[in-house]
Amino acid sequence: MQIAQLLIFLILFPLIAAFFLLIAKKDTEREWIVKLSALAIGIVSVYLLITTYDKGTLLISAIPAEPTGLVMFILEMIIAVYILYLGITYRRWLVVGLILVQSVMMLYFELVYSHSVHIQANLFSDELSVIMALIIGIIGSLICVYSLGYMKFFHEHHPEMPDKRPWFFGILFLFLSAMFGLVFSNNIIWVYFFWEVTTLCSFLLIGYTKTDEATNNAFLALWMNLLGGIAFAGAIIWLAMFGNGMMGLDALTTSGKVIALVPAALIGFAGLTKAAQLPFSAWLVGAMVAPTPVSALLHSSTMVKAGVYILVRFAPVFDATVTGYLIAMVGALTFLIASGIAISQSNAKRVLAYSTIANLGLIVACAGIGTYEAIWAAILLIVFHAIAKSLLFLATGTVEHRIKSREIDDMNGLIVRMPKIAAMMVIGIAGMFLLPFGMLISKWAAIRAFIDAPYGFLFIIILAFGSAMTLFFWAKWMGKIITVTTDSQNIEGEVDKSEWAALLCLAGLSFITTLLFPMLSIHLLEPFLMANYGNVARLSQDNIIIMILMLFLLMLMPLSILLPKHKHRHLAPYMGGRTTTSDMRFSGSLGVQKKTVLSNYYLQDWFGEKRLKSWGIWLCSAIICIMVLSAVLKGVIL
Amino acid sequence: MTYLAKSPWIIHYDASSCNGCDIEILACLTPMYDVERFGIINTGNPKHADIFVVTGSINEANREVIQNIYNQMPDPKVVVAVGICACSGGVFRECYNVAGGIDKLIPVDVYVPGCAARPESIIDGIVTALGILEEKRTKNVHSPQVTDNGRAEHPKRHAKGGAE
Amino acid sequence: MAIVFILVAPVIGGLVAGIDRKITAHMQGRVGPSIFQPFYDVGKLFEKENAVVNETQIFYAVCYIIFMAFTGALFFAGGDLLLVIFALTLAQVFLVLGAFAANSPYSYIGAERELLQIMAYEPMVILTAVGMFVATRSFNVSEIATTTIPVVLLIPGIFLGFLYTLTIKLRKSPFDISTSHHAHQEIVKGVTTEFSGPSLGLIEITHWYETVLLLGLLYLFFGWNPLLAVVAIVVLYLIEILIDNTNARVRWQFAVKSAWLVALIVGVINLAILYFLSGGVP
Ligand code: SF4
Repeated sequence: MQIAQLLIFLILFPLIAAFFLLIAKKDTEREWIVKLSALAIGIVSVYLLITTYDKGTLLISAIPAEPTGLVMFILEMIIAVYILYLGITYRRWLVVGLILVQSVMMLYFELVYSHSVHIQANLFSDELSVIMALIIGIIGSLICVYSLGYMKFFHEHHPEMPDKRPWFFGILFLFLSAMFGLVFSNNIIWVYFFWEVTTLCSFLLIGYTKTDEATNNAFLALWMNLLGGIAFAGAIIWLAMFGNGMMGLDALTTSGKVIALVPAALIGFAGLTKAAQLPFSAWLVGAMVAPTPVSALLHSSTMVKAGVYILVRFAPVFDATVTGYLIAMVGALTFLIASGIAISQSNAKRVLAYSTIANLGLIVACAGIGTYEAIWAAILLIVFHAIAKSLLFLATGTVEHRIKSREIDDMNGLIVRMPKIAAMMVIGIAGMFLLPFGMLISKWAAIRAFIDAPYGFLFIIILAFGSAMTLFFWAKWMGKIITVTTDSQNIEGEVDKSEWAALLCLAGLSFITTLLFPMLSIHLLEPFLMANYGNVARLSQDNIIIMILMLFLLMLMPLSILLPKHKHRHLAPYMGGRTTTSDMRFSGSLGVQKKTVLSNYYLQDWFGEKRLKSWGIWLCSAIICIMVLSAVLKGVIL
Repeated sequence: MTYLAKSPWIIHYDASSCNGCDIEILACLTPMYDVERFGIINTGNPKHADIFVVTGSINEANREVIQNIYNQMPDPKVVVAVGICACSGGVFRECYNVAGGIDKLIPVDVYVPGCAARPESIIDGIVTALGILEEKRTKNVHSPQVTDNGRAEHPKRHAKGGAE
Repeated sequence: MAIVFILVAPVIGGLVAGIDRKITAHMQGRVGPSIFQPFYDVGKLFEKENAVVNETQIFYAVCYIIFMAFTGALFFAGGDLLLVIFALTLAQVFLVLGAFAANSPYSYIGAERELLQIMAYEPMVILTAVGMFVATRSFNVSEIATTTIPVVLLIPGIFLGFLYTLTIKLRKSPFDISTSHHAHQEIVKGVTTEFSGPSLGLIEITHWYETVLLLGLLYLFFGWNPLLAVVAIVVLYLIEILIDNTNARVRWQFAVKSAWLVALIVGVINLAILYFLSGGVP
């Protein structure tokens, strides 16, 4: 009973906070509300972990389904009308068409079938939900805290933009609420409702600045996600028609494949749109126009994670089916292609965007394969990616405000100019691709999972190439940051306290999770896998010890700065015999002063965005079509 | 025992040589003379080098470069001037743009005369340099940081040089 | 075994480098230096002044050697092959960072090229580990090394692919695009341009560790027959020297493309055949 209250608290409390944020007009009021509610959400999510510990799956049937369902339906229709209105005022006929189709489907369902649906438990919580709740509750609320400082700065420096911060923070918390709802709902109609709320929230947040670009990209995100919503609605109707009203996730995932496969394929499709897999990657890249905390939120703890969450949920259904492999293939190809494109990007946020898409691809590939090892890898990826990526986004946002640029080449010598934030960024980047940190452990787990899967060698080859590219673009970015320039001053100045707190917490988290990852695996992942697959995956004891050893080695390294050291003679860099000034100027031919400018390799000819993307879109679209068709055919035949 | 003498890495700079001496230095690397026997490697990078081998004389275009290379070499280091041009300016001594031998600019430790210097004498010069290198190491000599203070007074010096 | 590696590997690696130089000299009709020359070189480097562009370089050089030694120790202690490969990458990244840190054009290009090189060989190296797993059903170096299965016969394609990347990893011509062990100059000295004295010495020693580690990887292909393995390592290393001396340096574009093509072709074909043979496909 207590757990039911916790779940309801987590879903409703952000909603209440959102309401107060909407009406709070003073900055100090807002700051207090955000900080306190973030703290409350964080604490309750941890408390949830403690209370549900070792309890397995808990079904909660306490909530009256009928009235809640009705409220949800009415809200859904209000959302639909709102989107319809926006679509018409902005003349986005595609959006109008999609929302109409979707509403008609849901209306039809509500009128014809809703009475035949009976579910005992509308909410539930198991280890996966708890993990997701921790991600949302801790990382999501840290991002909200960070936004306080960021948005203040943002509006001080963009006076031309209307200051709608109450609105902005309201939506942030609404988003958190919807995400909590999504991961705790057992009733698939509820999942659908929260799913649609996240779509709406992301649309509003992306379009926040109201520039033409922002509006365009917001609508892009909207129609792509509505497409997924339609597939979701289709799955619900299918279940109502052929599934005897079986609408509980718990029942669906354990029902045996026949009935669940078609809805799983449709929901899988919805998951692909939300997780921004090719060909739907454009919306996530477009979402970069939004203020940086929004990107951080969309990329790390919410939105895209909703997409992969639902895929991981349905993974038992995908296990060893053609549908599953095709979904996995879409993910794997997205991983490969997005990693390639990331090499060619010079804008830090776009690199982050493509790397997010790539990593989500990897998670999707694991979920699609659906063996217990693959799911183990997938959940680890979700956790570690959320931490490292949010850290990187937030650090990039802070840097952007100081150097007025998002270009990686402008971040040259960041370690001199802003040592503390640069250190955060280096931790984030290292977290994305270097050994003792989580992402690489997960990648390693993914390799092991792929080996034993049928057709696994194809995925391994893709993974091998993709991770080589990943290494290239992260390492060259890291190199830019740690370049020591002699002419630059420290311009770090006073970083806003709330920004700083969020950054520090996240950097700490990346170390702590890496250290505690064996515990995470034993106490959360293994019971989950045991319950769903009857088998567990883990790393051997030796390897864990070795990795912790490496982590300590790495943490000791920076301490070497404290050691007494001899004075070394400093030489200017070798410039072919030319003398240079400290800001790297030298006299070129005819005595003309030239400045040395060092720029990264972007290999446009090989990894150009246009070229790779068009390939990826065609390939993945084809695979998705085959996936949905084959699943439907199978469903019809059976 | 010291390793310095067993592994002298050189950087060769062609100041304003006629290329005669350069060809001879290259000849040292060929199978005929094979200086790698003595562990000698032409690094092409002052930061890795122990011995600075210069051919040709100083002129306006290269004085900055010679100083820069010299300064960028880590201690201990020696300079070998190869060819009569590098030693004193040679036949180009009177030219309007030539300031004279390398020692006008940086301290030279070994002079290898000849026009062009023969590979044997070049090798001999480098071997002599090894002794000096070793001596500098034991005495812990810090080489001076050379700076271009000659540019302004250069014409005068040149006039004087020409008169001699 | 791990401690033995940390102590002995530099000696073996240095000797290999020395013999390499001697043979190279003979191939070119020269007498060449003593086979202990690499030790003299490093000894000399430690006698020199440690002049740097900035202090962080020394930090990265130290990290480079520590993590390389760690990787090698892990390998020779019979650890997990994938873990070894990832740890190796970590070590390599420190070298690259050291080159980036100097803010010098030459070492900067060297760093970018070093990254390209890593990108070129990384897929094949991962596929090698996977191939070994498919052949022996284990990622454990100790188990692969003592297996009775003739690994190389099962994964001949992967073996060839590995040899191709070995040339890149050993920084042999035609793939010495970021820096080279011999007196060749490319973009001055690539990644190591801005290192001098003791820090350069550390990097040299690290390369010896790396050589021994790579030869150890070669051993795994012949683990079922130690004698054959030793012979094979010697022969293959000689072939590498021959390749080094008979090929001109290629452009980095070719290096990356060809390495990927090789990995793709041999990786796909070899792994696919193994999977079908072992009934991996339903
Ligand atoms: S000494 Fe003779 S050969 Fe040498 S550079 Fe001068 S003129 Fe040429």
